[in-house]
Amino acid sequence: MQLLAANQVAIERGERRLLAGVDLSVSSGDIWQLVGANGVGKTSLLRAVGGLARLGVAGEITRHGTMLYLGHHAALKHNLSALDNLRFHPACDVICSDEDIISALAAVALAGYEDRPIGALSAGQQRRVALARLVLSSASLWLLDEPFTALDVDGCAWLEERIKQHVAAEGAVIFTSHQPSRFGELQQNLDLAAYVV
Amino acid sequence: MSYSKTSIWQPMSSEVASLSIWGAFARQFMRHCKSLVGSPADAINPLLFFFMVVTLFPLGLGPDPQRLAGMAPGILWVVALLSSLMVSAKLFASDYEDGSLEQLAMAPYPLAVLVMGEVAAHWIATGVLLALVSPVFATMLGLSSAALPTLVASLMLGTLSLTLIGAVGSALTVSIRRGGLLLSLLIIPLNVPVLIFGTTAVSEAVIDGNTVSWLALLGGLALGSLALLPLAIGAALRVSLDN
Repeated sequence: MQLLAANQVAIERGERRLLAGVDLSVSSGDIWQLVGANGVGKTSLLRAVGGLARLGVAGEITRHGTMLYLGHHAALKHNLSALDNLRFHPACDVICSDEDIISALAAVALAGYEDRPIGALSAGQQRRVALARLVLSSASLWLLDEPFTALDVDGCAWLEERIKQHVAAEGAVIFTSHQPSRFGELQQNLDLAAYVV
Repeated sequence: MSYSKTSIWQPMSSEVASLSIWGAFARQFMRHCKSLVGSPADAINPLLFFFMVVTLFPLGLGPDPQRLAGMAPGILWVVALLSSLMVSAKLFASDYEDGSLEQLAMAPYPLAVLVMGEVAAHWIATGVLLALVSPVFATMLGLSSAALPTLVASLMLGTLSLTLIGAVGSALTVSIRRGGLLLSLLIIPLNVPVLIFGTTAVSEAVIDGNTVSWLALLGGLALGSLALLPLAIGAALRVSLDN
């Protein structure tokens, strides 16, 4: 099933044209990595695909199904506990019980941290709380902006495994990363250097 | 500490219950309430500001009770307007910085409904609280006690409009660094009718005049804002996110 079709997408930021003529078709089971140097427009393309950026985006983007976006900012309130942050997460579209959330936190190696305020956790731990959403969401297409930053080795392995499971369950993932081909033959690369204007 | 290897992905249940739009509204409301309980300064600062200004007026104007009582409706309402302006400038600032707004915009619900959950919590923590405490400040200025119910009612209705108007301004300026002055320029003209109706209602109550029609006007403004401004807030937030 096709989850996303982008046809001849062009992106401008301010006065500067970043990309033009990007074609991307994502179906369930796909893992796409956006590749390119810093500033080439990976995040801008991801935001355009997700519908967060509309001004300065030309071309046709068709979305089917629900999406989950994980950006540089984790959308966590520092004065709320990890449990409350996930319980009241603004983008969650399913009803999660406290047990669901606690087991999601356990899955990202944060068992016992449920009631700690987010502000008291380290950057890597905050990142993992944000990643716990990957267990609590029913979205079919994941848009992950640099999901592997600030994660330790075990965390990266967990995330890779989780992404593989998601695509095996008819999901799809678009992510950005500077490390090449984490998923080997499973993944496809979209090199943005080819679309720079 | 280790990542669970075997049970990484257990679907929460075979058929996952999806959240209704009112559930999503209530969740945003609770999120903001909890956050306010976590850092109560956001709710207490406007009250402190109100208290400071009200104690300064007798020092500046002289202690003549007659004159203070005459000016009390205007003083109370102007200070209420300023304190609302002060807090609404920051309404969406932290949500913008920590990425919550992005997530709100990605949620499969109308943005206008979700942000209303937040605005409602903000209004209760600032506007309703201020209206309920205002009799104390009014008594400090010697406002006749017969006018107190009208003062509370007018502030209750008026701060709803002020909060909604402030939310539009905050949504428009949230992505601009130091947007505070721009925000004031944008929304003070829109706040003027609320101020006029509010002060007039309280002044009428002091002389035992016709308060109902002024309160009705305030109520009309509040309902009109409630009907139209959520759409404006949602649209303004989308524009602010778009850069």
